[in-house]
Amino acid sequence: MIMSTATCLAPYLLHVDDLAAIEEEMRHYDDPRAASIGALKIVQKRHGWVPDAALPAIGRQLGISAADVEGVATFYNLIFRRPVGRHVIKVCDSVACFLTGYEELNAALCAQLGVGFGQSTADGRFTLLPICCLGACDRGPVLMINDDTHFNVAPQDVAGLLERYP
Amino acid sequence: MTADSHPLTYRLDVAAPLDLRGYEAAEGYAAVRKALRELEPADVTAAVKAANLRGRGGAGFPTGVKWGLVPMGADAPRQKYLLCNADEMEPGTFKDRLLMEGAPHQLVEAMIVSGYAIQASRGYIFLRGEYVLAKERLERAIAEARAAGYLGANVLGSPWSFELFVHSGAGRYIPGEETALINSLEGRRANPRAKPPFPQIAGLWGKPTVVNNVETLCNVPHILLRGGEWFQGLSQGRSKDAGTKLYGVSGRVKRPGLWELPFGVSAREILEAHAGGMGEGLKLKCWLPGGASTDFLMPEHLDLAMDFDTIAKAGSRLGTGLLTVVDDSRSILAVVRNLEEFFARESCGWCTPCRDGLPWSVRLLTALEHGEGRPGDIETLEQLCRFLGPGRTFCAHAPGAVEPLQSAIRYFRHEFEAGIAQPVTQAVA
Repeated sequence: MIMSTATCLAPYLLHVDDLAAIEEEMRHYDDPRAASIGALKIVQKRHGWVPDAALPAIGRQLGISAADVEGVATFYNLIFRRPVGRHVIKVCDSVACFLTGYEELNAALCAQLGVGFGQSTADGRFTLLPICCLGACDRGPVLMINDDTHFNVAPQDVAGLLERYP
Repeated sequence: MTADSHPLTYRLDVAAPLDLRGYEAAEGYAAVRKALRELEPADVTAAVKAANLRGRGGAGFPTGVKWGLVPMGADAPRQKYLLCNADEMEPGTFKDRLLMEGAPHQLVEAMIVSGYAIQASRGYIFLRGEYVLAKERLERAIAEARAAGYLGANVLGSPWSFELFVHSGAGRYIPGEETALINSLEGRRANPRAKPPFPQIAGLWGKPTVVNNVETLCNVPHILLRGGEWFQGLSQGRSKDAGTKLYGVSGRVKRPGLWELPFGVSAREILEAHAGGMGEGLKLKCWLPGGASTDFLMPEHLDLAMDFDTIAKAGSRLGTGLLTVVDDSRSILAVVRNLEEFFARESCGWCTPCRDGLPWSVRLLTALEHGEGRPGDIETLEQLCRFLGPGRTFCAHAPGAVEPLQSAIRYFRHEFEAGIAQPVTQAVA
């Protein structure tokens, strides 16, 4: 995506609700910095991802630098530093799902969506990502769409499943 | 199922977990009342030691010994922390999710009595971000417990105060390592820390900290209520290890699932009696006894008792105790490549052997899988197993990663050799 200089430099004000949520998060810890992951998730919930301009705003709130916030943001795979689609699909690619049909499932997903891992559909509807073992190995293959976990997903289920996420 | 035979799961219901009232009616929070009214903190630790409870997160360290290293008494720091490692992400492991979704109050009670033992000021359940339902249920259980006086200032009117929070993570496998978990909880990148100092002395925010797995903690209230002798007796003389264990099977078997069984049942009993054996037309090729970072075992190992010492003697590790079963339709190269892709991606990048060695192993395995390996590739993989082994890296991530690789080469060397491309003879013009 193209980001103009103006967008980069525009001051970012944390939404009043987000600010309250971050302050609540901070109360859980003996050091405000510990709320950094929570704060990133709160901002991400609003935008779908964490825009550049939000980093210094979060940093100011927690008393750490924007670079520290970015260090945290880029470490964890559930924090998105680029825009994602309206629905994020996370497909388990760990060993139990690999043994029970991940490759076929993934092929069906890629064919249906026309994208590969790390990519979003052109209409901005879906982003496709791999994910570590989702802790439901007795019901593999497993995938998540947003916060919903789907079990025993067969390739032929893919089209119907995606229909539920307009 | 009774409290005596299936302590961890007899009250478990994923569809409709017990609320506070239902849980209290089923012996819930009796261990908290007993601990706070009848026992000194040291008594709780002594009971856990006497019961021989060992960590269920993979390493099998004696829980009471771990707690025994925490500074106690008037001179000890006022802030101490109990962290529950609920960052379940070891491929092939699906037990803690069930305990938290199906019996959230059991973990909350376990955190309270265990926190009391080390006189913790606060507890955190470090929960992986993807466990959305567990978060919701644990937070509800915590709120109910707080309203009932089991949490907060002066627990049950005692001088001890204890706050408990759910900390929801944001991904990556490495926060499962206990010092990386502490860094992550502090809001940092989840790189592991050097040990010593051990977390019991200087952990979260430099204060004494204990990190225990979900399943480990869930045993504690039962030990307090029913005693160490009962706990040791659960394994029915089949194993030196005490208590029950959540055993599971995944892979192409007839009935994949999870069962609470006495410590020391054989892998064969778990696979055949509980999981119904291999799927139609499939044969067992090999199996991982307890997650991706354990060495493969073979069909001839099935009669071994699934406990820490027996599986270690066979050259692997019990790990989390959930079997991943590989069927004979699979190339071992594809399976190991999948495992090493996982470890390579999840390396935190902090130390060189792990960061660079694991992707290298993936490249070699991918080549071998496609019959494009070169002479010397197997020896290079063996060398990597040594260079990434115990003592060569900052934490246990890379040593864990080489366990399935080294055992795959040991048992299936012929498949590796078959992956080496035949030299093309140059036609002489």
